[in-house]
Amino acid sequence: MSGIPHDHYEPTSGAEKWLHKRLPIVGLMYDTIMIPTPKNLNWMWIWGIVLTFCLVLQIVTGIVLAMHYTPHVDMAFASIEHIMRNVNGGHMLRYLHMNGASLFFAAVYLHIFRGLYYGSYKSPREITWIIGMLIYVLMMGTAFMGYVLPWGQMSFWGATVITGLFGAIPFVGDAIQTWLLGGPAVDNATLNRFFSLHYLLPFVIAGLVAVHIWAFHTTGNNNPTGVEVRRTSKAEAEKDTLPFWPYFVMKDLFALALILAIFFAIVGFMPNYLGHPDNYVEANPLVTPAHIVPEWYFLPFYAILRAFTADVWVVMLVDFVTGGIIDAKFFGVLAMFGAIIVLALAPWLDTSAVRSGRYRPMFKWWFWLFVVNFVVLTWVGAQPAEGIYTWISLIASAYWFAFFLVILPLLGVIEKPLPQPATIEDDFKEHYGKVEGGAGDAAATPAE
Amino acid sequence: MLKKLTLSAAMAMVLGTSGGALAAGGDGHTEDFSFSFEGPFGTYDQMQLQRGLQVYTEVCAGCHGLQYVPLRTLGDPGGPGLPEDQVRAYAEQNFEVFDADLDDFRPAKPTDNFPANVDAGAPDLSLMAKGRAGFHGPYGLGINQFFQGMGGAEYVASLLVGYTGEEKEEAGTILYENTAFPGGWISMAPPLYGDDVDYEDGSSTELEAVAKDVSAFLMWTAEPKLMARKEAGFVAVLFLSVLTVLLYLTNKRIWAPVKKRAKGQPAE
Repeated sequence: MSGIPHDHYEPTSGAEKWLHKRLPIVGLMYDTIMIPTPKNLNWMWIWGIVLTFCLVLQIVTGIVLAMHYTPHVDMAFASIEHIMRNVNGGHMLRYLHMNGASLFFAAVYLHIFRGLYYGSYKSPREITWIIGMLIYVLMMGTAFMGYVLPWGQMSFWGATVITGLFGAIPFVGDAIQTWLLGGPAVDNATLNRFFSLHYLLPFVIAGLVAVHIWAFHTTGNNNPTGVEVRRTSKAEAEKDTLPFWPYFVMKDLFALALILAIFFAIVGFMPNYLGHPDNYVEANPLVTPAHIVPEWYFLPFYAILRAFTADVWVVMLVDFVTGGIIDAKFFGVLAMFGAIIVLALAPWLDTSAVRSGRYRPMFKWWFWLFVVNFVVLTWVGAQPAEGIYTWISLIASAYWFAFFLVILPLLGVIEKPLPQPATIEDDFKEHYGKVEGGAGDAAATPAE
Repeated sequence: MLKKLTLSAAMAMVLGTSGGALAAGGDGHTEDFSFSFEGPFGTYDQMQLQRGLQVYTEVCAGCHGLQYVPLRTLGDPGGPGLPEDQVRAYAEQNFEVFDADLDDFRPAKPTDNFPANVDAGAPDLSLMAKGRAGFHGPYGLGINQFFQGMGGAEYVASLLVGYTGEEKEEAGTILYENTAFPGGWISMAPPLYGDDVDYEDGSSTELEAVAKDVSAFLMWTAEPKLMARKEAGFVAVLFLSVLTVLLYLTNKRIWAPVKKRAKGQPAE
């Protein structure tokens, strides 16, 4: 599967040969698990395993929860309380599922930022990046619909606000919104279709994850230097790589165990910290909560959505030029979806020939500013849209677009990159080859 | 790189959610009362829950229901822990439920839930302690909530002791000034004044003590599995920590020869 030369599976016994001729499934599994992996991968390359674990966790807990949940506006809220009180272990299942979504998004953001910093999206890994972005968008859809299912106040009003975005589309918006909701407002039809899709989409995600893995197993992993594995011979490739099993499996499992220890501390000791108290109040179409706030992982995009108000000159200009077709509300919607689109287009917006941010002195600064900006957007998304907050969200949103549309294309032209190591082996030696600390280590832990 | 990213993610979470909690707390002033169930190792005080049940039954139940709480759970461990016969007697003596089979009302059984009570238009209290946020300081950072819990019980207790004694009439309804209630004026008349109940265990019946007792009870009705959850969390963290150490050592051992070779030393 991989373009990196390595040993392939050879069936030995009669039974293995018989099977291999008909279905080479053992060979596929062998090649997948033994794939040559750059040996200089750092700790930012562990999020893939964490994400895979999250998907499995969410599907398993979700399937059991679905056995006890009732998707009906009169019974949904009560059925959640039934799970919390009467179902054996139900409270743990639900808290795992609720907080599992947060772990999923925390991991996906770190995974995406890793990709941005080390240029993992660049040729030839554009397809991996695009599939990843599709997974991310589906995750957001799935999480959003899942949050509606408990039928609390924030479920109902969150659904009302977010589906209302489609109503902002000129001419056909109202029709689309009604079609999405299955009626004029969020009601039983909406709850039922959200439940159906919330159950379906994770399996679509699972399929895309397989394609995501297939794609980067074809190109090989990126690595912190961005320098490709040497492929001219097996001997050379082996100097740059190690098989995924056992080296990276054990490393990833160690990281996963550590992260799960933290995760279970949150689930066990503060399961509602990341949630919103209003969602323990049953949905009431007649009472609007004081502040409608989405889950934390949507806040950056919620901030961008709200940033472009009617008094911003860009919005006024676009409104005027389009003859009022793109008003402030629709502009906000376009900005929110546009923010994800420019992120997905990163492979083509970044003009630099150098992959890794490690050797890009200017990019580094802009990247960390982008990370800080992301945190600011998350924070400001939770604040009321008034006073100083509107200014902060406008500036932060503008930087998001400037980063992708101006800074990334320009840096490739004006930046003078630092020298890169010739091979991954050199980088690994540079990191681990210092002998002075080595003698003591060797005495303390014999290798075999 | 990793540390920086993790930090920023953690920051994002803390900042993001404290904003949400802030919004939920509204304008009211919530007192940072101390409860036995706060923090990772906090547990319910069984006697306090029983006193709180008494306050609920004698005072609150007149207007408020607990429709999601099964009566039998009064006997569950990690709750008020009433003996089985007392649960049965409590259900029979205090509540009547409508039985569709009999087409009539009958005394409640432990298998029934506490009845709903909508006569006075008062909200159900089953989840009140989780549907409100408490003290979210210091400085609105949500740090207290991170360590002590969301503090819904603090809000309930603050509300019960928060009456100033001022009243006003608005659109035919009498409103009572309350320092904890968002907006400052609540339509519920002060339910507790102190000495509202007689405790068998001789505990204080001062206003604040009674308010805290019933708030603790309402935290239990909202989160009946709190103690089981914390125990499960503790065991999980313990086992995962051991697993983490073992995997760390395994990983170190596996990589040792590779790292040695990088130093130009023989691997074995």
